[in-house]
Amino acid sequence: MRRGVAAFLNRKPGLRLSILLSAPMAWLGLAYLGALAALFVTAFWHADPFTGTVVTDWSLDNFETLVTDSVYRTITFRTIGIAVAVTLVDVVIAFPMAFHMARFASPRARRVLVIAVLTPLWASYLVKAYAWRTMLSGNGILHWLLAPVGLSSPGYGLTATVITLSYLWLPYMILPVYAGLERLPDSLVDASGDLGARPWRTFRSVILPLTFPAIVAGSIFTFSLSLGDYITVRIVGGASQMLGNVVFDNVGAANNLPFAATVATVPVVIMLGYLAAVRRTGALENL
Amino acid sequence: MLALLGVGLLVTACGTQSGGGESPRGGFTPPDLPALQKLGTPEGALNVLAWPGYAENGATDPSVDWVTPFEQDTGCAVNVRTFGTSDESVTLMRTGDYDVVSASGDASLRLVAAGDVEPVNTKLVPNYADVFEFLKDRPWNSVDGRQYGIPHGWGANLLSYRTDLVRPAPTSWSAVFEPDSPYQGKITAYDSPIYLADGALYLMKHKPELGIRNPYALDDKQFQATVDLLKQQRGMVSEYWSDYLKESQALKNGDAVVGTAWQVTVNLTRSEGSPVDSVLPSEGATGWSDTWMVATESQHKTCAYKWLDYIVSPAANAAVAEYFGESPANRKACDLTTDKAHCDTFHAGDASYAAKIWYWTTPVAQCLDGRTNVRCKDYGEWTRAWTEIKG
Repeated sequence: MRRGVAAFLNRKPGLRLSILLSAPMAWLGLAYLGALAALFVTAFWHADPFTGTVVTDWSLDNFETLVTDSVYRTITFRTIGIAVAVTLVDVVIAFPMAFHMARFASPRARRVLVIAVLTPLWASYLVKAYAWRTMLSGNGILHWLLAPVGLSSPGYGLTATVITLSYLWLPYMILPVYAGLERLPDSLVDASGDLGARPWRTFRSVILPLTFPAIVAGSIFTFSLSLGDYITVRIVGGASQMLGNVVFDNVGAANNLPFAATVATVPVVIMLGYLAAVRRTGALENL
Repeated sequence: MLALLGVGLLVTACGTQSGGGESPRGGFTPPDLPALQKLGTPEGALNVLAWPGYAENGATDPSVDWVTPFEQDTGCAVNVRTFGTSDESVTLMRTGDYDVVSASGDASLRLVAAGDVEPVNTKLVPNYADVFEFLKDRPWNSVDGRQYGIPHGWGANLLSYRTDLVRPAPTSWSAVFEPDSPYQGKITAYDSPIYLADGALYLMKHKPELGIRNPYALDDKQFQATVDLLKQQRGMVSEYWSDYLKESQALKNGDAVVGTAWQVTVNLTRSEGSPVDSVLPSEGATGWSDTWMVATESQHKTCAYKWLDYIVSPAANAAVAEYFGESPANRKACDLTTDKAHCDTFHAGDASYAAKIWYWTTPVAQCLDGRTNVRCKDYGEWTRAWTEIKG
């Protein structure tokens, strides 16, 4: 019997493949795309202002509010600004780190460094965010360190949000860049040197262009993770809010699920645009 | 004032006979749900949705625990979930996962209107008899004479401040609203649209020309003035809080030195050695009057009624009132507080004092102050304005 089934499946490669893929495809289709579709559909409904129950009348009112109300534009641009700043900070910190790991460190040191980069991921997100809240506080360690040189802690606000998010997502930048640099053949660097290029020129004309897709791959993580974040900004962001907070407040506080869905489409659209741009750099193969 | 508020809500409650159904203009007819007729055997479990400090099981402080005795008495294993704003309580209640909720006035009617909670048969709650009369049958816990819950306690949102950093001690909300406040950048405010009422209350006393008579009934001009006041305040706010622990930490570290707070936050911060005090400012204050309600879909109604009776029993009510820092609802609770002066401090039986507090109420389009010639801003608009204020 079992052999019969095996032989039957052997003769039908198409059937074999569809059985194999049905579970993951169902997951992708129902749980992921289905949820996105539900989100998009909900965005066209509205909530009863008093009871908060969802009324399934179709209208574009939510999108109109989103576009015409200047506050949502401000929040969108602020969120993009934070995501860009976090990505840039992470590139600047991650590149030298990854460069050292990939090209100079001994194999043993390399292993230790990779583990060191990964270790923060073992700790809870909340613990790390609250640790930064304590450090950035008015009488926290940053204040203590900076006071002697006449500076003060940035306090809670956008700067604190960028610092904390940069810290949280740094490993997601280091690892792709490290992988990209490791794949870079030594021979190309040597050839550049042999042809008379100075280190800076080699870096600019050989190393950077070849690792650019890896940097972009890392930026997809840091950018998209920052774009959707709402917890860090609640913990260290002082009075400021990001797109995620608007979604959260509309679900948790205002009981306006449809409008939350409308706002949630904004990061989706931004990410689609970003991914479309990124596709041209070939970075998607580096993920 | 309270009478006015009551009239306003009564108008609201009766307003739909012509329109029918749940019109978004504010009036509503609650779904006709039956109250429980008699208790069965306890179901062995109870999911409680409560303000922090209302259902303490020793998790916050091992010595503060009135949930365990209830569990031992009734065999109902209690699962407690706390919330930070009334809106959160409405959302969580709507999941259908909870049996009882401690609802404030800005949540209770929304729950009633949506049919999320059912009328309560007060005959099955023996301790209801000892609840202060002035708390019974109020617009936020009953509709058309039907009781939807058991009064639990009430109090004001106080102005709290660091006694070492805020001098002289503030006596007015101007410390957090005036543009020349010496504490700008160190002010904390409550993160909920209902906080607009605090601004409106301030304007009610300081800008009488606006003619605000009820901070929950604001027409276009009054609303705009309130929004402007809070936008101006936004520049001076270090943090908005909805988690009282976060506020307590900010006060302790000096990241915030003055702002609106619950007495429980002040007590907690003080117990951690930080010099914090609170005051009822000259303008008066917004506040809450809470009601325990039973979910319509609850599978544990006997346990739910046992909880309702237990939580307003003299001993438990006294423990909650003292821990949270509010007035108990049960007159007999006053004899059981550790601090014998507690009920005097919080004016427990003082109906005239209670009338000075503007209890959280859901703003609706039909003005709660009785005006019929203008349309007031409803809660949806308050919510949108709140997002706009935070920017």
